[in-house]
Amino acid sequence: MQFFGGSDISPSPPAPTASGNNAHMMYMFNRNGVCLFYREWNRPLWTLNAQQDHKLMFGLLFSLKSLTAKMDPTSAEKGNLGVPQLPGQGCSFHSFRTNTYKLSFMESPSGIKIILVTHPRTGDLREALKYIYNLYVDYVAKNPVYVPGTPIKSDLFNTNLDQYVRSIS
Amino acid sequence: MLLGIKLSNHLLQNAELFTLTYGAIVHQLLTDLEEVDEVNKQLDQMGYNIGIRLIDEFLAKSNVTRCVDFKETAEVIAKVGFKMFLGVTASVTNWDADGTCCSIILEDNPLVDFVELPDTCQGLYYCNILSGVIRGALEMVSMKTEVTWIRDMLRGDDVFELQVKLLKQVPEKYPYKDDE
Repeated sequence: MQFFGGSDISPSPPAPTASGNNAHMMYMFNRNGVCLFYREWNRPLWTLNAQQDHKLMFGLLFSLKSLTAKMDPTSAEKGNLGVPQLPGQGCSFHSFRTNTYKLSFMESPSGIKIILVTHPRTGDLREALKYIYNLYVDYVAKNPVYVPGTPIKSDLFNTNLDQYVRSIS
Repeated sequence: MLLGIKLSNHLLQNAELFTLTYGAIVHQLLTDLEEVDEVNKQLDQMGYNIGIRLIDEFLAKSNVTRCVDFKETAEVIAKVGFKMFLGVTASVTNWDADGTCCSIILEDNPLVDFVELPDTCQGLYYCNILSGVIRGALEMVSMKTEVTWIRDMLRGDDVFELQVKLLKQVPEKYPYKDDE
């Protein structure tokens, strides 16, 4: 619902940029907070510098996960009492929406976090994020030259990702 | 320096090539390192490097969600993991009272098809790559484990028995210091 007139929201999806994608940007982090990957397709607004931006994003997700688990009103049958909160245990949040964008989130049990920021009318992107995780596995994890825990620099990954994101509505 | 081989589904279709490749690696290590203990260590390290990458492939392809406890973890490794990557199903037994230590039993092991160890290889754990793989993979899901061989068919036992012991679970900590 749009109460404030925003010039960046139009009835049809945003006009494709040079790479022709519908998403604004994407982040990938590992469990240690290292930003493995950042890609932007359409981001006119930067409020912080890149390093602060990454740190803020990671911190936000860390806190949100903790908050959503603590506020869970349903019965907590998962995990034994006293077992520390491990990635993926308890409830997991998967997206939030503002008037200008939607942020979709996925975390694997191995701590790989994938964040995709798109326009606010995007549907459920959980399957899309799983597909991107599969892309990561195929082009990055299985690459013997890639050192786990370091930023991803793979042309194959970039190309396939761009291609896929273009197809997300 | 040898790079770790990648265990992929394509190789399963040509299981012999897989078995022969692994055998070639062990043989080369024995030639290069000579000491059986060094070879065991190197195999475990190679397995560890494979395991930390394999975990993501496993999670992506098998779609399992996080396990509730270590018992479930062991079952998933034996029934889903071994099936996916080696094409064999293992079983889990010998649970201790805490539920932190168990044995994974392999009756069938494609790594050792056609293999017979000569007397010069006393003390060699031929399949030690598997212990490294399990240890590496579990570490990436926050579990520190110790994986050791209890029984080894190449040493005359009737099955392969891997003991997997959970040392501790490492919860996710906020990695940045509270500066600013």
